Order: sequence, then C-alpha cells, then structure tokens
Amino acid sequence: MSFVSSLEKSLATSKFTITGELTPPKSASIEDLLDGAKLIKDDVVATNVTDNPTSRVVMSTLATCHLIEKQTGLETIYQITCRDRNRLALQSDILAANALGIKNILVLTGDYITMGDHPEAKSVFDLDSVQLLWAIKRMQEEGLDVAGKKLKTPPKLFVGAAVNPGLDPIEPEIIRLEKKVAMDTKFAQSQCLYDPAVLEKFMNQISHLDVKILVGITPLLSAGMAKWMVKNCPGVIIPDEMIKRLKGAEDKVQEGIKMMVEVVSEIATMGVAGIHVMVPERADLVAETVKAVKASGVV
Amino acid sequence: MIITEKKTLEEVKESLKTSKKVFILGCGTCATLAQTGGEEQVKEMAQLLSDKEIVGTVVAETPCDKRLLKRDIRPVSEAINAADTVLVLSCGVGVQTLAELTGKIVIPGLNTKFLGMTERIGEFYQRCRACGDCILDETGGICPISRCPKGLLNGPCAGHMDGKCEVDREKDCVWVLIYKRMKDLGQLDKFREFRKPRNYQISTAPQQIVRSSSK
Repeated sequence: MSFVSSLEKSLATSKFTITGELTPPKSASIEDLLDGAKLIKDDVVATNVTDNPTSRVVMSTLATCHLIEKQTGLETIYQITCRDRNRLALQSDILAANALGIKNILVLTGDYITMGDHPEAKSVFDLDSVQLLWAIKRMQEEGLDVAGKKLKTPPKLFVGAAVNPGLDPIEPEIIRLEKKVAMDTKFAQSQCLYDPAVLEKFMNQISHLDVKILVGITPLLSAGMAKWMVKNCPGVIIPDEMIKRLKGAEDKVQEGIKMMVEVVSEIATMGVAGIHVMVPERADLVAETVKAVKASGVV
Repeated sequence: MIITEKKTLEEVKESLKTSKKVFILGCGTCATLAQTGGEEQVKEMAQLLSDKEIVGTVVAETPCDKRLLKRDIRPVSEAINAADTVLVLSCGVGVQTLAELTGKIVIPGLNTKFLGMTERIGEFYQRCRACGDCILDETGGICPISRCPKGLLNGPCAGHMDGKCEVDREKDCVWVLIYKRMKDLGQLDKFREFRKPRNYQISTAPQQIVRSSSK
C-alpha cells in the first residue's frame, strides 16, 4: 500500500506516532526556526506548522513548511485556518501546498481575530473548518473546486483536524468530529491533555469513528502556567495534584516533563494513535519531552 | 428594530466645528425606542449645543421612509433651509434619506449598531445580520450568523468555556445555546446535518428590492 506521507504511514503501521509543533517566526528570516526543526527532526514523524497562531502575524505557514522540508528534511503538517482567507485564497494555497510537495494538512477554524496582535483587522471565516474539509474532500476526490470547476491535477494531501476532549458540553464537539470524519478527516490532534480520565471517557464516546487520535501533550513549566491554562484554555483540565507537584518541585521543567511521561503511559492503552507535542517557542523542550517519553519505554 | 447609540458629544461637536446654524432632526420610531433620537434626546442635544444657533428641531415619525419624512419636514422647511447643517439623530438610513430629500450638509449624531431585540429599557441584543438567507429553521430559532463572532454554521468551535464565547467570556456561546435548544426540541438530527458554504452573492451590496408591481 502506498501512503501519501510518512505521517499516514506511521499512523497505519506504527504502534505509536509522535508529532511536534513549530511556530513560524515573526521575522523575515527563517534561520532560527530551522535550528528548531533540526532539534526535533529525529524525535517526531512530522511537525505541525501553525497559521498565524492566536491571531498574531508571523511568517506564512506555506512558505515555512516548504523551507523546513527543503532545508531540514523534516516532514510538515500544514495548518490552515479559516480566519484570514476566503475560499479562493484557501483553495489556491492548498493547490500550492501540493505543488510544493507538502503532504499533510491540518484544518482549523482559527482563533478569533480580536485575540491577537491585530484586533482591528477584518476577520474572514468565509468557510468554517468543516466546510473547508468538505472543500478539500471535493478537490481531492472529485477534482473539483468549491464552485464545481475542474482542477487539472487534484491535490493529494493527508488530512487532519483538531478535537477538544475536555469541552463541556462535549456532545457538540463529538458531533463536529463526526462531521469532520465524514469529510475524510483521517487524524485529529487534541487540545493539551493532563487528566487521563477525561480522555478515557472521550475515547469511549468516539469509538464509532474511524479516526486516529494524537493526544496533545504540553509539559507544564510552572504552577502559574498551569493555573493560567485552566482559566484561559477551553477544555484544559489539570488535576490539582499536578499543580501541587509543580509548586514543590525544585526543577519545575523536569517535573513538568516527568508528569507528561506519566500521562502518556496512562493514555497509551486507551486506543490513541500517539501524541502531539507542543511547547510554544521551545523546540528544545519538544525534543526533550519526546526523548523522555521514548526513554521511559512507556510506548 | 435598528439599534443606535449616541456618538460622544466631543465627536458631534467636532463634526459641527464649522457649522453655525444647526437644525436637529430626530426619529420617532427606532431611535425613540432606543432613547437615542426621540423628543427628549433632540431637546437635550439642542441644549448641549448652546454655542450654535439652533434654528429648529423636529422628530420625524419615520425618517427612513422618504414619503413620511417629506411630509414631516414640510412644516419646518423654512428652518431647514435657514440651517447650514442638519444634525440627524437616527440610524444611517434616516441620515441619508434626509440628505437625499434636502441636499443639505448632514451630520450623523448616532452610530447605527445592529438589528436587535429590546430586553428592557437601555438593554438591546443583536439578533439579525440581514444576511438575506434565513436559516433559523435549521438552528432552533437562534441565529448563528449574528450571534457567533465567526458566523460558524457547523456547530461550536472549540473555544467555548462554561457555555461562554472565546471572544467574550461575558457572552453566551450561541452554538451551545443552539445545541441545548435543539436537544430540548428533539432536533439533534437536524443539528448533525452538514451545512454547505454560504452563498454571499445574494447579499452583495448595495441590496435593493423593486417589486414589479411597484414600477
């Protein structure tokens, strides 16, 4: 069987798949980010490249993906949000991604524009993430664009989406995931997870869906960060015990990573496909977390 | 109704900087109900602009209806003619209708905010965006176009928390409201349906309706 990407192959053939995440620079130079990509290259199958994350302007995702792949050989997962582009721009970028050799795409609605550094800008949301997944399916399967016009060569990308197991109520999120899977979403990366019980319940609720789940893993670097996330990040549930341990720890970063290794060892048996490791602006900690998970032998 | 909000007095004064003789026109319909352009607010504005010569005031019944506005300004036409500027306390439609009718320099005294529901005096909530393609039958009678900042059509984004929206934690996530309402109504099957991208062609500005029977 041939696979579109290494990520698809890993999800089909490996017991446990690990992806990472890089944020393009707020800079006209890619060099620092390439150093980050090199740091994690041997630890992950592929890395997400975010799309103006939290609505802040950074380098174009598409160009960043291309430069990372070309200059480091690390496979990328091209994140695309519906906030900054209408259906014309989204489709032309998807065609370009394919032409540039990018093989994976992760479709997101996108944070709202007032949350970032250009709060006065006009947001787009011509499509929502489910509609963009529908558009990609149509492009890939039928060779047609959204308007029904023929594409000479259709794109061929391995398609993923996001999911948040900690939301309350959870049923709308499950229904949304059902819609995404119906649009040929093959993998879903989750919001940061700290409470394995939350995931266990969620995995039972989505057992009818044929989709590979990569669980979001972000080591907590301090008790303050943990409290901030609980207050500000939807669906993030952090057990009090973790916050206590961080407070008491001498080396908080190491304690944070250790707790993530423990979480991974618990969730590894829950039918998940792997983990997605995210540490904003800290590729070194992505590498360190993955190495700790692998060294522990839990996966 | 159309919900309006008063511009600050500083902004109004800045717009009237070069004006000497000012006529003030209010709105007897939406702006009266919103307490932004009724008899009381017109009177108050006349007092606040004490450094200008206020040549006259009127609250027109419905300034957005050209026929009614024409009728209501006829008795004050001399005063309007004497004014160099008309300050209009209505939505943007009334401001433009007055300009079209009189050719005068017009200054808006209000900002037009949204199509809204009045909860009680001074409390208004956006309920419609005049998108031109009503889908309230598909969403439990709750509008995601006007009440979800992203205008999502296929359920909530993953930004809701305690039922509140990621953009403003004081406001309800409308898709959580829609989910709960449709669940109560036994309409979750409809909630699950995929909604295709919207057709924005039908709402290209400027919109107009000219029924053949009115030609």
